[in-house]
Amino acid sequence: MLFRELSFRVEAGRVLSVEGANGVGKTSLLRLIAGFLAPADGTISLQTNGVLVVDGEERGKYIGWLGHHDAVKPQMTVREILQFYAALYGSGSAIESALDAAGLARLSDLPGQYLSAGQKKRVSLARLLVCKRPLWLMDEPLASLDTAGKKIAVGLIEAHCAAGGIAVVATHEALGINCERLVL
Amino acid sequence: MTALILRDVRLAARAGGSAMLALAFFAAVATLVPLGVGADLRLLARIAGGVLWVAAMLAALLALDRLFQADFEDGSLDVIALAPLSLEKTSFAKIAAHWLTTGLPLTVLSPLLAVLFGLPAQAIGALFISLLIGTPAVSAIGAIGAGLTLSIRRGGLILPLIVLPLLSPAVIFGAGTVLSALDGLRNGALPLLTAFSFAACVLSPFATAAAVRLNLGS
Repeated sequence: MLFRELSFRVEAGRVLSVEGANGVGKTSLLRLIAGFLAPADGTISLQTNGVLVVDGEERGKYIGWLGHHDAVKPQMTVREILQFYAALYGSGSAIESALDAAGLARLSDLPGQYLSAGQKKRVSLARLLVCKRPLWLMDEPLASLDTAGKKIAVGLIEAHCAAGGIAVVATHEALGINCERLVL
Repeated sequence: MTALILRDVRLAARAGGSAMLALAFFAAVATLVPLGVGADLRLLARIAGGVLWVAAMLAALLALDRLFQADFEDGSLDVIALAPLSLEKTSFAKIAAHWLTTGLPLTVLSPLLAVLFGLPAQAIGALFISLLIGTPAVSAIGAIGAGLTLSIRRGGLILPLIVLPLLSPAVIFGAGTVLSALDGLRNGALPLLTAFSFAACVLSPFATAAAVRLNLGS
């Protein structure tokens, strides 16, 4: 059993920083919220436009996911990857602005196999923008990023929450922004 | 769903490996069997349906273990699972893409290889039709195995053990269709193959989605 009597609430426009040592269950908590895992007991719910969504799979429809792995295909260019997720999520085309925001404009036609780990992380951040979901679940979003990349990532999180979104961020690094903290 | 099918077809075309490997395997088996059996054209024609059906099925299985595994390993499956597309529809799209990149090319290649077995024209037609109708069942049932083994290291070795017994009706009805055409019988096993393939394509996405869901939670 990873968690007992764990209870928290995150309001719209807020960032929750989930912190703790390796193996305490930060990733598992994100996967529980996403609905990939079911809690042994208790409930996880998302309230959106006055509707309470408890079902894990249904809740997933409101979630933007940035996991350990970057979901970057070696054979597809950065632009193709973002176009695919925009089509899959039915979120229209905001590809160019997402590329600019993540600092990927120069790399847009480069296949994934030529990207560094940090550049792949930027693609994941751009994907979050393209998918346009209100709740961002982010697992170590600053890992592999250089100083400029970290600044972009934190800026995107701040902008998302300023627009009424929520970000739940599992991290070992301080985000350096005003956020609530959950230490496991 | 179309976006997912197009992406998988595009990836298969660019990576090339699995689909080309399947075609090469199919061609190699179909070429070697007549060399091993000898020049008895009557015998070759009698066994052609069974041999080509088994070869096509095994060739299609070569690419099946990566159906979900590649997306699982690079994190794409998590992102796809959270899209506003049910896992059942996702599974259906994956099955369709696999058939388009493997089953369909194998079907198109089969008449050429059937010539090596001395099959008459009506039997070649029956082989083509039976593969066209039956290979979607191979992709559909194979997807269940791919879903079950996606988080298992070297799951590709276990996959055939799970899938092959379930595919035996397709081989029996497919080879039976060719044999019936060779004997000048009408209909043969084609209606049974059609029913089997239809049932597999309808039911498989649900079983596959359940298997994938299980692995996403692991």
